[in-house]
Parts: sequence; C-alpha cells; structure tokens
Amino acid sequence: MSEVKLSYTISGEDFTRAGEASGDVKSKLKVLGVSPEIVRKVSIALYEGEINMVIHAHGGTIDVVISEKDITMVLADKGPGIEDVDLAMQAGYSTASENVRALGFGAGMGLPNMKKYSDEMNIDTRLGEGTTVTMKVYLQ
Amino acid sequence: MTIADVQEILHGTCICGEDQKNREIHSACGSDMMSDVLAYVKDQAVLLTGLCNPQVIRTAEMIDAYCIVFIRGKKPTDEMIELAKERNITLLCTDHRMFNACGMLYSNGLRGGVPY
Repeated sequence: MSEVKLSYTISGEDFTRAGEASGDVKSKLKVLGVSPEIVRKVSIALYEGEINMVIHAHGGTIDVVISEKDITMVLADKGPGIEDVDLAMQAGYSTASENVRALGFGAGMGLPNMKKYSDEMNIDTRLGEGTTVTMKVYLQ
Repeated sequence: MTIADVQEILHGTCICGEDQKNREIHSACGSDMMSDVLAYVKDQAVLLTGLCNPQVIRTAEMIDAYCIVFIRGKKPTDEMIELAKERNITLLCTDHRMFNACGMLYSNGLRGGVPY
C-alpha cells in the first residue's frame, strides 16, 4: 500500500457536523482493507479529537497519513491552549460547559480516550496560541 | 436476539432501517454520555440512549453499532434519520426509561459484553 494523505478543515461553528471528518477517514480505511479493530481505534481517537477541536478551539485542521506501518493523525488548532496537560489527561477532568455536557460530551474522557485508542500520542500546546495533538496507531 | 426482538421486548417503534431487523445482536450498552460509550465499548451492536442529537448517530458509527434505541420517548430529528440511513443504522424508539429498558433486554438474555 502506498502512502495515503487526507486533510480536513474542521469548522468550529457547527457542533452537529463534528465527526464528519472522522466518519470519512473511517470509511476510507475500510476501503483500504485496514482491520476492523484498527479502524475502530483510529475512528474513536480521531472523533474525540475532532469533538475537542469544536468544543474548545473553534475548529482547526486534521491531517491523516496512512503508511504501510502506521496511521499518523495530526490535529492542529489555534485555540486557547491547554493550561495543565497532566490535569487534562486525567479521566473525568473537564473544562467543558454545561451546554456541551447536555450534548453528551464534556465528561472529561476526550484526551484519555485519545490516548487509550492510540499507540503514541504527543500534545504540543501553547497558551493563547493553540494546540497540536499528534497520534499514531500502528498497523504492524 | 434480533433487532426485531429488541423492538418487541421494548414495545418500541422502528423509525428507519426495517431491512436490518433480522440482524443478530449479542451485546448492548446504555448511556447518555457519548464519551463513556466511546471509552468502554467493544462489539456492542445496540446503543440505548436518552440523548437525542446527531452525535449519537456518529458515536454509533464509530463503535460499529448498527442499532440505536432512543428511550424515554425521545424522537430523532429528520437530520438524524438521514444520517442513520446513510450509515445503515436502525433507529428504534421506546417510551421506557433507561433502567427498565436495559433490564428488560438483560432479562431476555442480552448482555453488555466485555470492557475494552
């Protein structure tokens, strides 16, 4: 399989559309014949990331590279940044509004879920400038 | 158990995806928090929820669930129905509340599956 690159711009305006990019990546991975277990890991990690971007950062960009050995996902936003990454990584810790909770998210599981379903995760964040989350899922 | 059985047990109505009603299901999960569903799910074909927005359909899509049961009389919007149709997800509605709906399915043999 040669390298496949996918790019998406995520709107921060419309919560109902959050997940479109992750859904598209999922269907493309299926077509490429990636195993269902890996497809699910990538989709869930990406979906949580996409939701986070919409909730916290007014949108951003998602770039996915599928190579022979792994799938790399880079989620970049120009949002407020994460003040305390260790705290944000704790299951149950959330800064999301009641409004977001009413929509079924904001339980403080976003980043923990992203870590859980990826094999590598790195968070590069600067207050007031934005956050870039890079996740990798191994194919071999 | 099939999707048709779930509908009958829960005295439910089918909103879309009638053609899938003979599909077998082996496990289910119930939650109004989609992040919890994403955190703990594995091979659960049915999602019971009182949450009613497009993210429920997308969450089901991500976990490969092919049936959603809306409890407490919640009714999906046209937009949600369209999303579900595109993804081959059957939508059922029941007036039962979460605890009872899960209990009724459980006592008929449906289980929650193993944690991820």
